[in-house]
Amino acid sequence: MGSSSSNLNTIPNSQELMQETGFSAAHLLRLYERFEFLDKDNKGHLRPEDFEAVQELSTNPIGDIIIGSFFSPGQETVDFPSFVRILAHFRPAEKNRTRDGAQPEPANSSTGKLKFAFQLYDRDRDGKISREELLQVLRAMLEMQVTEEQLESMAERAIQEADLDEDDAISFDEFKKSLEKVNIDHKMSIHFMK
Amino acid sequence: MELFFNPFDNLLCILLGISFTVWFTLLLVFIIVPAIFGVSFGIRRLYMKTLLKIFEWATLRIERGAKEKNHHLYKPYSNAIIAREPTSLEEEIKEIRRSGSNKDLDSATEFEMSDIFYFARRGVESIMDDEVTKRFSAEELESWNLLTRSNYNFHYISLRLTVLWGLGLLIRYGFLLPLRVTLAFTGVGLLVFLTSLIGLLPNGRMKNFLSEKVHLMCYRICVRALTAIITYHDSENKPKNGGICVANHTSPIDVIILASDGCYAMVGQIHGGLMGVIQRSMVKACPHVWFERSEVKDRHLVAKRLSDHVQDKSKLPILIFPEGTCINNTSVMMFKKGSFDIGATVYPVAIKYDPRFGDAFWNSSKFGMVNYLLHMMSSWAIVCSVWYLPPMSREEGEDAVQFANRVKAAIARKGGLVDLLWDGGLKREKVKDTFKEEQQKLYSKMLVGTQEDRSRS
Repeated sequence: MGSSSSNLNTIPNSQELMQETGFSAAHLLRLYERFEFLDKDNKGHLRPEDFEAVQELSTNPIGDIIIGSFFSPGQETVDFPSFVRILAHFRPAEKNRTRDGAQPEPANSSTGKLKFAFQLYDRDRDGKISREELLQVLRAMLEMQVTEEQLESMAERAIQEADLDEDDAISFDEFKKSLEKVNIDHKMSIHFMK
Repeated sequence: MELFFNPFDNLLCILLGISFTVWFTLLLVFIIVPAIFGVSFGIRRLYMKTLLKIFEWATLRIERGAKEKNHHLYKPYSNAIIAREPTSLEEEIKEIRRSGSNKDLDSATEFEMSDIFYFARRGVESIMDDEVTKRFSAEELESWNLLTRSNYNFHYISLRLTVLWGLGLLIRYGFLLPLRVTLAFTGVGLLVFLTSLIGLLPNGRMKNFLSEKVHLMCYRICVRALTAIITYHDSENKPKNGGICVANHTSPIDVIILASDGCYAMVGQIHGGLMGVIQRSMVKACPHVWFERSEVKDRHLVAKRLSDHVQDKSKLPILIFPEGTCINNTSVMMFKKGSFDIGATVYPVAIKYDPRFGDAFWNSSKFGMVNYLLHMMSSWAIVCSVWYLPPMSREEGEDAVQFANRVKAAIARKGGLVDLLWDGGLKREKVKDTFKEEQQKLYSKMLVGTQEDRSRS
């Protein structure tokens, strides 16, 4: 039936959001519609169940982990600004962007994207990926297809490769270092249409 | 005082009387009589052409208005907000790793921390826009059809357009809607009344003949009640007795559209209320297959009744919508295999609605039936095309699911719809864990496969 006509004025703080995330007005509007669409009972915020309704997400092995990343620890709801802030991580990075040190790191820079990926592993947000957390992610990605021993050996190898200060966990800097050659911008960006 | 009002009253009564008579005569001549005989004056097609011209003008006007104000026109995308590349899991993960290390690829395809990038990106892409939920929201239009429900650039409209829109509103709600409601009531009322009458006749050729005529007539009135402009293609393939007619499902109106061009035996659950009354009287005139709510769960019972009906060659072809739910008419979802198991000839039918005139899709989780019908009757028109495809039968060695998919592909191709593998029923339930396994299997094949090689070497 088509949603009711909306424009930028229906989105609170749209200008600030556009500044912060770098989304254009048209994209922001489209994302707002998507938000409203996912919010089936018009609550004004999203809950984990609303994400679970997305079929394709359910076939993603780390679907639950991705859903979890939208919600701050302890929070059960996510409002539109938070929704967009997370999605902003996947905008292609701007080239040749000069910024002064005072500005916060944009979400879609390489570091911003890495931080997002790091948090997918580091679920308790303590700043380190522990062996157990790594195992959890591996388990999600592979579940029944491999044995527990194989999972553990994979985790062991990954930690050994990345853990430089030998504290049996991977900090953000170690994570960043181990991935320094990966073209993060290309792999963690989503192509938005004009 | 009273003397003053009386003559005025009289005059008013006379005027009302005259207008009612004129109204009903026009109705009768232009709508009901053609419906009875199945002819058409071509009024609706003329109406459609005129509307199209107006819509084009309105869209141009909006674009011009936006340019004048120098604003970025928000175009409702008929595609996605994002572009997704159809690469496979293996390709992508290999690419990530290739860029990340100088090691020789073949010996190092073990788990890498960067593998998560692929899954994360795919996951967020599907949050922003996924194939399945897109099929369930109303299709978006490129041009504006003077219904505010499908436009996002409302504030670019000039005075002239607003006047036009207001006029349109007046016409739709003040003239078209009452007209259509009257017709709908007439159509349904006649159906119930006449089929009950026919039910009194003894079974035989006369009864079947009359029942056919009555059904067709009433459905045609209903078609006019929606101002549905339907084009039937390939009528030589129309379903015959003893067959099953299978079509894609967009709205409950599909039934009316198909049944106004041919006689079918309907299949469904008995409802209460008005629907139930209609169902019960229809079955008096000719055999339809109605199930009690309790019987619906029993697959064998359903299959048996359907196959019994199909084997009796004197009974009409069954009409079934195997998707099981309403899809938004841009794609065809997985067909339930029940109807393909019976062994009868299947006559596929593709129905495609033209969204420029009115959106026929029923989003049952958002709108109730009455709301939906009101929307339908206050749209400009419902324009659709129906293609009758040549009959198909199950081939040797083909099971019901494969047969169902073959039919589905044929319907999708003919109607210009996208053939999707998803089960429409899943839109309401959570996807079973078996689907996750697919991705996990693919990924593990990449990793574990190489581990086995290592242990060998």
